[in-house]
Amino acid sequence: METPQTQPIAELRDASKHYGAVVAAEGLNLAIQRGEFLSFLGPSGCGKTTALRMLAGFETPTRGDVLLDGQRVNDLPPHRRPVNMVFQHYALFPHMTVADNIAYGLRQRRPRPPEAEVAAAVERALERVRLPGYGPRRIWEMSGGQQQRVALARALINQPKILLLDEPMAALDKNLRRDMQIELQTLQRSLGITFVLVTHDQEEALSMSDRICIMRGGRIVQVGSPRDLYDRPVNRYVADFVGKSNFFDGRVSRVGGGAGALTAAGGITFAGPVSCTRGVTEGAAATASLRPEDIALRRRLAPAAGETGVPVQVRTRIFLGEHTEYLVAHPDLGDFLILASRQAEAAEGSFGPGDTGFAAWRDGAARILDND
Amino acid sequence: MTMRPRYRTALFLAPAGAWFLAMLVLPLLVVIVYSFGERGPAGGYAPAFTLDNYLNLGSRWTAFRNTLTMAPLGTLACLVIAYPLAWFLAMRADARWRTLLLVLVIVPFWTSILIRSYAWIFLLGGQGIPSLLNALGLGNPRLINTPFAVLVGIVYGYLPLMVFPIYVSLERLDKRLLEAADDLGSPPMRRFLQIALPLSMPGVATGCMLVFILLMGEFLIPAMLGGGKVFFVGNALVDLFLQSRNWAFGSAVAAALVLVMLITVTAYMRFTRRWAGGRDDVALM
Ligand SMILES: Nc1ncnc2c1ncn2[C@@H]1O[C@H](COP(=O)(O)OP(=O)(O)OP(=O)(O)O)[C@@H](O)[C@H]1O
Ligand SMILES: [Mg+2]
Repeated sequence: METPQTQPIAELRDASKHYGAVVAAEGLNLAIQRGEFLSFLGPSGCGKTTALRMLAGFETPTRGDVLLDGQRVNDLPPHRRPVNMVFQHYALFPHMTVADNIAYGLRQRRPRPPEAEVAAAVERALERVRLPGYGPRRIWEMSGGQQQRVALARALINQPKILLLDEPMAALDKNLRRDMQIELQTLQRSLGITFVLVTHDQEEALSMSDRICIMRGGRIVQVGSPRDLYDRPVNRYVADFVGKSNFFDGRVSRVGGGAGALTAAGGITFAGPVSCTRGVTEGAAATASLRPEDIALRRRLAPAAGETGVPVQVRTRIFLGEHTEYLVAHPDLGDFLILASRQAEAAEGSFGPGDTGFAAWRDGAARILDND
Repeated sequence: MTMRPRYRTALFLAPAGAWFLAMLVLPLLVVIVYSFGERGPAGGYAPAFTLDNYLNLGSRWTAFRNTLTMAPLGTLACLVIAYPLAWFLAMRADARWRTLLLVLVIVPFWTSILIRSYAWIFLLGGQGIPSLLNALGLGNPRLINTPFAVLVGIVYGYLPLMVFPIYVSLERLDKRLLEAADDLGSPPMRRFLQIALPLSMPGVATGCMLVFILLMGEFLIPAMLGGGKVFFVGNALVDLFLQSRNWAFGSAVAAALVLVMLITVTAYMRFTRRWAGGRDDVALM
């Protein structure tokens, strides 16, 4: 028997949703922890909204279960689930004022709370989203950012166990989006409500979430903290989605004890931990991921022990302030990125396009991944 | 070449304006002038200025009373039947079948109202539904030539005019609003009353107005299915202009009908302005 503290607030158990022949979600297994900020991240059409709508109750899984607080809720309609949603285009009621929109959830309760109580709660909710005094306004008198905060207040006033947000920032411009991200995070921390966010913006997911659930083609590829995903991606897809990386395809030349090596074009070897999900054997096709910041660009190859170096020619140099990004070319490996820190730049001097040098990385800095 | 926008607008509106003037304003003026005149010796109109025609309107009270009860009743009956139908078409019907179903709603319009009314005369007459009910031992009610028969004819003839505006407003209704209400704890019936119904009110108001105004001038359905017993103002006008040839009195009756309609339309405008209190494009944002 799990204690209430460790029992997840919501769970998807082998949940699938098919629309005829279309597989929107397939075998989703996910436990959402109390009070966490979890994001579904993935490209368009990968099933993020479907997963969220199964939690909200708008979709019944074709197979598998949805659990809230340990209870199976597959057949519980949305109006009886203790979760609330912020819709992508807000879905505010156009024939009601801002205050009536926000009060809507409270007024659905039976017995109906007294109006004085509702009014006070609405005023508090408006203050919380920094819109005090906007209650009597009509919806169309509010800007996009304000409408979004109204939608947030309308959901939060019900004190849901989980707040579901479907790309809530997609319609906002970049600056407003940044502000809203910070505001959302602050709200989540102060209210202690579990937030589940859908986004296809990796930066948004990385900066806001405690955990990210990466999806592809209706399936969950990997779930973990932003750092986990960055440091230990299970395959090329995740490594590519979370941060920048270089990928070198090749064959596994050595494997054992969670580490291994991969030999790529030109016989160049990449060594490092293996995090393939499939069983890998020597000779299997895989890919090595090497983060740009793990590669150094040198004038001369100092044959340090435990380091691999290859000659490269600089193609482009992009100054990024704290770092400088070089795109370099190698006859066998092709083009790849190197991110040099300011100290490295100071030690080696800066390279210009056409300059030659050596790219060097520590053995073990690469990761051997599934090449899909 | 440049034209001042004002002239251009005037030019665009000219055909409609000319039509409006020739077909509506002038005839209406003629009717008003005639309504103060007298019946000519051999029928028709003789110039005069008298209020007798208006003072005499009471003699046609039955026609006004029938019209003013059957028109709202017919409108209501159409509404009660059309709303669920429009709801089904807009919300439930499979998108692939929707167009076909919409066409089916207007198919009856492809045959003449005269033929369709004859069909109803047969259906409601002694050989039709009453004899069927009789055979089933449910009595032998008299249907034809009753207000009920007229109501059936009205619903049959006017239903599409009610279905379409309501369908359009429901079709345009952002379904996510209903999901949002659901999400916020509102069960189905309340969702309908608090969200869908208020937001489809413009369609309801338009449909009701269309049906009501046309019903006020209806004469064919009461003549055929009411058998002279359910007499509308329209029937009174046919009688006055074509049978008794009292054009002056007929004009007074017509003018009174126009007045009643004006009052109704004004009330309608007040009503819709209240519902469409502002911009209606917000739902789609
Ligand atoms: N009602 C439906 N009928 C048929 N197919 C659907 C339906 N809803 C979703 N799908 C399909 O299921 C898949 C997943 O859809 P979903 O909306 O979950 O994607 P998403 O990850 O939210 O994408 P986006 O980022 O574009 O919103 C898509 O291929 C979509 O076409
Ligand atoms: Mg989506």
